Amino acid sequence: MNHLFLLTGMRVRLALRNKMFFFFSIVMPLVFFFLYAAVFGKSEPRMVAYLLGPVLGLNVMGSFWGLSAALVMFREQGILRRFHVSPVTELDMLLSSIFANYALALPTIVIQLFLARFMFHVPSLGNIFSVWLLITIGIVSFGSLGLVIASVTNTMQETQVLNQLLWLPLIFLSGATIPFMFLSNAVQHIALFLPATYLVHGLKRAIVDHAAPTALLVVLLSLTVWFILTLFLSSQLFRWEPEAKIGRKAKLYVAATAIPFFLLGLWEAKYGRVIAEENTTIQRLDAAEKAEKEKAQQPPKPATETPKAPAPGKH
Amino acid sequence: MPEPVIRVENLVKRYGDVEAVRGVSFSVSEGEVFGLLGPNGAGKTSTVEILEGLRNADSGTAVVCGYDPGKDAAALKYVIGAALQSTALPDKLRVMEALKLFASFYKAHKNPEELLKRFGLEEKRNAFYSQLSGGQKQRLALAIALINDPKVVFLDEPTAGLDPQVRREIYDIIEELKRDKKTIVLTTHYIEEAERLCDRVAIIDHGKVISQGSPLELKQASGDKTRIEVRLAKSESDLTLKNLEGVHDCRALNGAYVLHCQRPPQAIVALVKHLESQNNELVSLEIFTPSLEDVFIELTGRRLRD
Repeated sequence: MNHLFLLTGMRVRLALRNKMFFFFSIVMPLVFFFLYAAVFGKSEPRMVAYLLGPVLGLNVMGSFWGLSAALVMFREQGILRRFHVSPVTELDMLLSSIFANYALALPTIVIQLFLARFMFHVPSLGNIFSVWLLITIGIVSFGSLGLVIASVTNTMQETQVLNQLLWLPLIFLSGATIPFMFLSNAVQHIALFLPATYLVHGLKRAIVDHAAPTALLVVLLSLTVWFILTLFLSSQLFRWEPEAKIGRKAKLYVAATAIPFFLLGLWEAKYGRVIAEENTTIQRLDAAEKAEKEKAQQPPKPATETPKAPAPGKH
Repeated sequence: MPEPVIRVENLVKRYGDVEAVRGVSFSVSEGEVFGLLGPNGAGKTSTVEILEGLRNADSGTAVVCGYDPGKDAAALKYVIGAALQSTALPDKLRVMEALKLFASFYKAHKNPEELLKRFGLEEKRNAFYSQLSGGQKQRLALAIALINDPKVVFLDEPTAGLDPQVRREIYDIIEELKRDKKTIVLTTHYIEEAERLCDRVAIIDHGKVISQGSPLELKQASGDKTRIEVRLAKSESDLTLKNLEGVHDCRALNGAYVLHCQRPPQAIVALVKHLESQNNELVSLEIFTPSLEDVFIELTGRRLRD
């Protein structure tokens, strides 16, 4: 256990000394936040609250990219083999990557929540415990996906190609960039097979609808099962040595990571719960916006108060 | 006779169709510096990495400090230290941080400050790994290898790619470890390294140990002869010199005579006596004893770095 914390500390220190980390983990997420809040949400508090879920979702999903690249770089440079000859285990190495990633991602998310609340005057951040749970399980599970990618790719080039292939559907089909209800019905059904869809949906429900963890049980459980599965696969496929290449068949293991959300997608496609909830949320937003507009268009009510009698002695 | 610290019997390691280690056997006693000498690709690193618990052997037996590296690798890693070939640390890790980090992996460990001083890295304590020279990186690797005060230290090509000056610095460090009676397994393809540092050497080629013993024993057992190169005031007949006592063969070469001797002292005495009787004089005399390189050439028909 001690090794795990020491390695986590090392990974955090190394990231903080890396300029690329500041750009990709702090600058870029904040640029996205301001783009969503000020441009797409027009600084309107209710819209900013609605867009907060997708912004946080993007941040959480990004975990897999950095983690896979860092682990492959460590392997290619022979850094992992130096640790291999010490008492450090595979699980120490994998879990320290996940913990360090969590510790590094959380401050940016807190800043985004803070800015939403105090700069864009979002009236409420929803059920903050649910938000924290989703973010925590989201970071560790997407981070764990990164570890599987690092395990099934032999070179940095392969890693980046696979990252790109996974990143594009995750961000464009999940509702993180294009609102879920703007997608065609067919694409919405494809999106139901992606973990990112459930993460973004869960975050929106926790923030906008104040959904409690019990109401998000399916999302939380499916992400947890996914985390356990990806961590197990990455520990089985972990390689310390740069020359230890993985066979083509073993690369198919990455497909196994899709199993939990494939099953959930089938279930959702049948019962349509997520699509219905997304509809309800957007309808509620529309209704609130409409009511606000109507309120603004109504002529000012005539004054009903009788003019006060002049105070005596003031003539 | 005490149980050896390392015992290897008929070790075999295959990578696909390639058999990198083909029945290697040797043993290493406590406090001994044992060298695996051979060209690149001979199977030295594979052998050592099996002993370190980094790779599994396909067959054969290996015991290091009482542990089977294939089965007890986790426990073994607490009692061994290793400076691996082609390894690195993260670029942005500072020297002192690296020592403290690796020290903290072990319940009992040496003081990182002492190691920093011993390996001449005090001035670099706050330097990033990427800012170190090749020699400094290697000294740090040796310091980390010793951080847990290991019973056995594995040094895989510790001076490969370093310039002669830095190489000598590393030799001094290894000699100091030798004086401390550390058991060391050293792989190298540098003859002078094996001759200077090792108590015993196993010459390994194409995955097999082709000869082993102390450097002196190997040279003595070799059929190679000591060469005595002499220049004379007046010329002599090759045949006359060849017939001198202790001389096996003689050839004239660029104005000098090269005497191949089985018994050099007798050959020199006989040569001096002969020259006196012929009123001739020695202008110069050089003696070349066979090196491990000669032993390797004799055994394999190739040079070590071919």
